[in-house]
This record gives sequence, C-alpha cells and structure tokens, in this order.
Amino acid sequence: MGIVSPGFQGRPRTQEPALPPGQYLTEDFPVLSAGPTPRVSLDTWEFVIAAENGTEHRWSWQELMALPQETPMVDIHCVTHWSKLGTTWQGVSLDTLLDGVDTGAHFALAHSYGGYTTNLPLDDLRGGRAWVAHTFDGAPLAPEHGGPARLLVPHLYFWKSAKWVRGIRLKTMDEPGFWETAGYHDYGDPWREQRYQGD
Amino acid sequence: MTEMSYLDGNMLDGPLRELFAVDLSTAMGRCENCGMTGSMASLHVFSHAPGLVARCPSCEEVMLRLVRGPDRAWLDLRGTTFLQVPLPLEQTRPGPL
Repeated sequence: MGIVSPGFQGRPRTQEPALPPGQYLTEDFPVLSAGPTPRVSLDTWEFVIAAENGTEHRWSWQELMALPQETPMVDIHCVTHWSKLGTTWQGVSLDTLLDGVDTGAHFALAHSYGGYTTNLPLDDLRGGRAWVAHTFDGAPLAPEHGGPARLLVPHLYFWKSAKWVRGIRLKTMDEPGFWETAGYHDYGDPWREQRYQGD
Repeated sequence: MTEMSYLDGNMLDGPLRELFAVDLSTAMGRCENCGMTGSMASLHVFSHAPGLVARCPSCEEVMLRLVRGPDRAWLDLRGTTFLQVPLPLEQTRPGPL
C-alpha cells in the first residue's frame, strides 16, 4: 500500500450553496414585522379565496387540515439580505386551494390578519410553488413567524410570503400591497435582485 | 418566544433628517384613521422590517412609512392627515396700506 497523503483522500470541500445576489446566509430565523403580532384563535381562523366575480371559497382550520398536506423543503430569501436554506414546512398547496375556483384573473392580493397585504401574479401561486403553511420545522408555526398560517412563496422575496394570511383576492388588475406601495418591487425575484421599484 | 417590540417616534428624527430640514420629533400629527392628534415622537415605530412603520399609539393604524433604498427613499404619509411643525416666530410684516 502506498502512502496516500490525507490531503488527497477527502472529497473536495463542499462549496458554499449558491445564494441570490446580495444575500448572506443565516442559520437562525430573524423575525421581521411591520406591526403588532395578531393573535388568531384556531376556532375563528378562516382562509378565504375571493374570485373577481365576488364568489368566495372559505376554509375553516379543520377544513384546511383535512386537505392533502405537503411538506416542502425550500430556501427563503428576505429582502433585508438574509437567506435561510433548506427550511422545512407543512401546509396546503395553493394548487389544491385554487382547484375548483373559477377565475380568469391574472393577479392576486394576499391579505392578512392585522391588515398586511402583498400582491403576486396568480400564476406564481400555481405550479407547486406556493402553500398556506402552518408548520415550520415540525412544530406549529409560531405567531411571530406568521402562525397560525402564513403564505409560503419561496421563489420570491419573503415579504411576499404574507404572515397571518387570511385570504387571497383574485383580481383582473394588479393592485400593489403594503410594501409594494412604499417603494418595493412589484414582483420581487431574488435571483434578479428585484428589491425596489425600477430594479 | 418574544413579542415584536417597537421604538418611540423619536427614532424617526435621524432617518427623516435626510428628507426634512425641520425637527420632526417636535411636530404634531393627526391620525387619519382615528383622529388622534399627538406628538410624532409618541408613534410606535416598528423597525425590524423592510422599512420603518410608524403606528398611531391609540388605534395602531399605520401613520407613516419610510423605505430607504441605496439611492432613494420613499415616504408614505397617507395615514397622517397633517403635520404641525413648530417654527420660529415670523417677523412682523408691514400691513397693507
């Protein structure tokens, strides 16, 4: 047996995972909030999709839990420059919730307990890319992170993943939400670094 | 788990000094939602966010938002009906003849 230098035995050092431009990696889970944390009882919680024709589709907490559940593992990117990789969630796909909703709308405005809003193209809520998430890292989603349930749209900056989500209004015209009316980008693709209007 | 806390409106003075020559911490403001008029320094400012969000201490509605980009700032005052800014006493002007 020849002498093999230990330096040649190991696999190459794992490269740092690719991050979107301008982002740094964090291991903790920073809490960002534009207001007081709403406390929402599961007994009164509801999620409502309102189509552009006024038709409403409602789910209670029990009804949400009875729907098929998914466990996405996703990277999340906050516009304040932190990214967190490999986060594990449980929730209901928007594909499931939008199934049976008759709409010709192209835009969505998510709204939350506490008054927060954020807008997205409806297509970005489809195709296995968006969930109403109620569990993070195996535990019920904490209120400061958006519990009982938050929107999870990880391919866009995390302000689009509305905490304390209460419903989605489907719209024929794009209507900017809370941060989108205060200088932030209408779409918010982290890989194109769409932080502010005009980026 | 910790509750999100806020700072008082005095913290707005520095960030807003870039936009306003006056000292806003001495200004009064009226909440568009509930009508309460009080010192801007009494607002509840949530700063752990993509921008500064200042809320009425009475009704918690948003009165002011300030987003600072690298080379631009956005100020939204739609929740504030007016700002009352103290000024030095104006010199007496000659009256009309």
